[in-house]
Amino acid sequence: MNVADKKRLLREMLFARRFEERCYEAYVERKIGGFLHLYPGEEACAHGVLEAARPGHDYVITGYRDHIHAIKCGADPKKVMAELYGRETGSSRGRGGSMHIFDVANRFMGGYALVGGPFPLAAGIGKAIQMKGGDEISICFLGDAANNQGTFHESLNMAKLWNLPVLYVCENNLYGIGTRIDRSTAVVDQYKRVSGYNIPSAQEDGQDVEKVYKAARKAIDHVRSGKGPYFLELLTYRYRGHSMSDSNAYRAKAEERMWSKRDPLIILRDRLIEDGKFTKEEFKAIDSDILDEIEDEVIAFAEQSPDPVVADLRKYVLAEDDPYVNGGAH
Amino acid sequence: MAEIMFWEAVRRAQDEELARDPMVLVMGEDVGVAGGTYKATLGLYDKYGPDRVIDTPISENGFTGLAIGASFLGARPVVEIMSVNFAWLAMDQIINTAAKVRYMSGGQLEAPVVIRSPGGTAHQLGAQHSARMEKVFMGIAGLRVVTPSNPRQAYGLLKSAIRCNDPVFINEHELMYNLKGEVPDDEYYHPLVGSEIARPGRDVTLFGYNISVHWCLKAAEILSRQYSIEAEVVDLFALKPVDRDGIRESVTRTHRAVIVEEAEPAVGVGAEVMAIINEECFFELDAAPVRVSAVDIPIPYNHTLEKAAIPEVDDVVAAVKKMFGV
Ligand SMILES: Cc1ncc(C[n+]2csc(CCOP(=O)(O)OP(=O)(O)O)c2C)c(N)n1
Ligand SMILES: [Mg+2]
Repeated sequence: MNVADKKRLLREMLFARRFEERCYEAYVERKIGGFLHLYPGEEACAHGVLEAARPGHDYVITGYRDHIHAIKCGADPKKVMAELYGRETGSSRGRGGSMHIFDVANRFMGGYALVGGPFPLAAGIGKAIQMKGGDEISICFLGDAANNQGTFHESLNMAKLWNLPVLYVCENNLYGIGTRIDRSTAVVDQYKRVSGYNIPSAQEDGQDVEKVYKAARKAIDHVRSGKGPYFLELLTYRYRGHSMSDSNAYRAKAEERMWSKRDPLIILRDRLIEDGKFTKEEFKAIDSDILDEIEDEVIAFAEQSPDPVVADLRKYVLAEDDPYVNGGAH
Repeated sequence: MAEIMFWEAVRRAQDEELARDPMVLVMGEDVGVAGGTYKATLGLYDKYGPDRVIDTPISENGFTGLAIGASFLGARPVVEIMSVNFAWLAMDQIINTAAKVRYMSGGQLEAPVVIRSPGGTAHQLGAQHSARMEKVFMGIAGLRVVTPSNPRQAYGLLKSAIRCNDPVFINEHELMYNLKGEVPDDEYYHPLVGSEIARPGRDVTLFGYNISVHWCLKAAEILSRQYSIEAEVVDLFALKPVDRDGIRESVTRTHRAVIVEEAEPAVGVGAEVMAIINEECFFELDAAPVRVSAVDIPIPYNHTLEKAAIPEVDDVVAAVKKMFGV
C-alpha cells in the first residue's frame, strides 16, 4: 500500500465511522426502525480485507452488521441510507432494512439476520464460481459467536472437501450480544477451530488495517490460486452496543478503555502523521468534508426519497412472468 | 391478586419451578447473566447458578437437542429460543425427536421439554425476524402448543407445561412482554387444553389467540358501541390440540364466526378452525366463516408496507360489518 492508498483508506474508514454514527442519530430520531447493528471499532476488518480483494468482482456475503461491507463493495451510501429509511430508492427498495442490505450488481450478496446462515451460502457461491470457471472468490464475513452454529462446521467440511474458493473472515469482537466468548465457546482462538478440517488459517490484529490487509493478501492469494478455502480471524471490538437496544452493561469499563485506545482510525492516522505524510489539520478537514457529504447528500437523499406504495405490497414475492409457471415457453 | 407484567409472570413461573424441583433447568441465549432478552429469567442465574440457568452458545438445534436428550433421563428443561425465527433451526430436534420419541419407542421414552419463544411481527424487524410459527407447530402430531394472551395464562400455562410429561411449545409475542394483568397470588396451573371466553356475546364469535385476542376485544367494543353487534371473543390459548368443543359451543350460540390470526392464511389457525366448524356445526351457521389474516408475503421492513401486511383492529371490524351487511 502506498501513501495515497493509505490516505484513501483512512478517508473510507472515517466515512464508515461517520456514516454509522449518523445512523445512530437517525435511529434516535425514529427515522430508522427495527434492529440496527453498527460497525464502529471494526472498520479495519472490512476495509483491510476488501482492500486486498477485488470489490465488485469478488462475491461478498455477511450477517446483519452489513452497511459498511456493502459500501466497501461499491454500494452507494445514499441507497444504503435510503434502505435504512425504508425508502423505495433504498438498496433493497425498502423491503429489507438494515439487516438486509443487498447490492448484487456489485456482487454484495447480502446481509442475513440468522446467525450462521451465510456460511453455507458462501460455500455455495464458491461452488458456482468453480462451475463457471471464473477467477472470483467468495468472501464470508461473520462474527465469533456464529462459529458455534452447526453450519460453520458443515460448511468448512464441504468447502475443503470440494476445494471451494472461499475466504471465511471471522470478525472476533469477543462477544455474541451479551455473552463473552469464553462463556460460549470451548476454544477461544477461533483460527484453531478449523484445523480439524485441514483448512489453513491465521489470526491477526483487526484494529490495524495494514496488518489486516497483509494477512488478507496472503489468504486471498491462497484462495484465488485454486488451493481451496482459508480462514482468517481478526481480533476486534465494537464500540457500541450489539444493537440499539443494548447498553453494553456486561462489559468491563477497563476493557472498553483498552480497546478505545486501539481505534483503527487513530492507529492509521497517527502512523501517517509519524511518517510525516499527514497532519491533524488535514484529518480534521477530511472529517468535516465527510460530515458535510453525509448530511448534504446521503441524508438529504434518504429524506427526500419516497416510500414504497402499498399497491406494490405483493411485488418481489415470486418471479414475475416466468414462462415455466405455465408449463414452459411455447 | 397482583397485577404484574407478562415477563414477570413468565419469570415467576420459572422461579417457582426451579425452586421446587432440582431437575428443572432453564437454558437459552443470554438467559443467564443478561437475564433474558425480555427479562423472563431476570435474577434466576444469581439464584440458581450457571448449571441450572444456562447461557448457551448460538447453537439452536444443538442446545434444543441437548435439552431433549436430558429430558429422556428426567430433567425438566425450559428452553428459551430468543425469537421463533431461530426456532426454524431447531425444527429437526423439536419435530423429529421431541414430537415423535414417545410414539416410536412404543411409549418407553418421553421428552418432557418446554420450548418457549416469542414470535410475531414487532416493529420493522424485517423478513427474517417476523415469523409467526404457531401454525407450523400446530400441524405436528406429538407436540402440545399453547399461546398465552395475558400474564395469568403465561404464568399458569408455563407451570403446567413444566410439569406435563409431553413436549410443549409455548408461543409468546415480542410485543406483549410489558402487558399487565392479574395473576393469582397462590400457585396456579392453567390447563393446557381448552379455550376461554374472553368476552361473552350472542351475534358473532371472534376467535383469537395470543395478540389477536386483544384485537378481537377492541373490535368487539367498537362493534357493540357503533353497530350494536355483540361479539363473543373466544381465546384459543391451546392450539394443539385445539378446543373442538369450545369452538362448536360458541358457534352454536352465535351462528357466525370470524377467525383472527397474525399469520398468513394458508394452512393456518383460521383454516383449521374453519374446518372444525365445518365438521362440527356446519348447519348452525348463518353466514360463511371468515378469516382475518396477514397478507401472504414475507414481512417488509418499510413501516407502511409492514402495517399493510398484518391485520389490525379495523380489519376485524370491517370483516364483521361485511358479514352483517352494515
Ligand atoms: C440463528 C440465530 N440465533 C440467534 C440470533 C440472535 N443474535 C443476533 S446477533 C447474535 C450474536 C452474534 O454474535 P457474533 O456472531 O459474534 O457477531 P457480532 O454481532 O458480535 O458481530 C445473536 C445471538 C440470530 N439472529 N440468529
Ligand atoms: Mg461477536
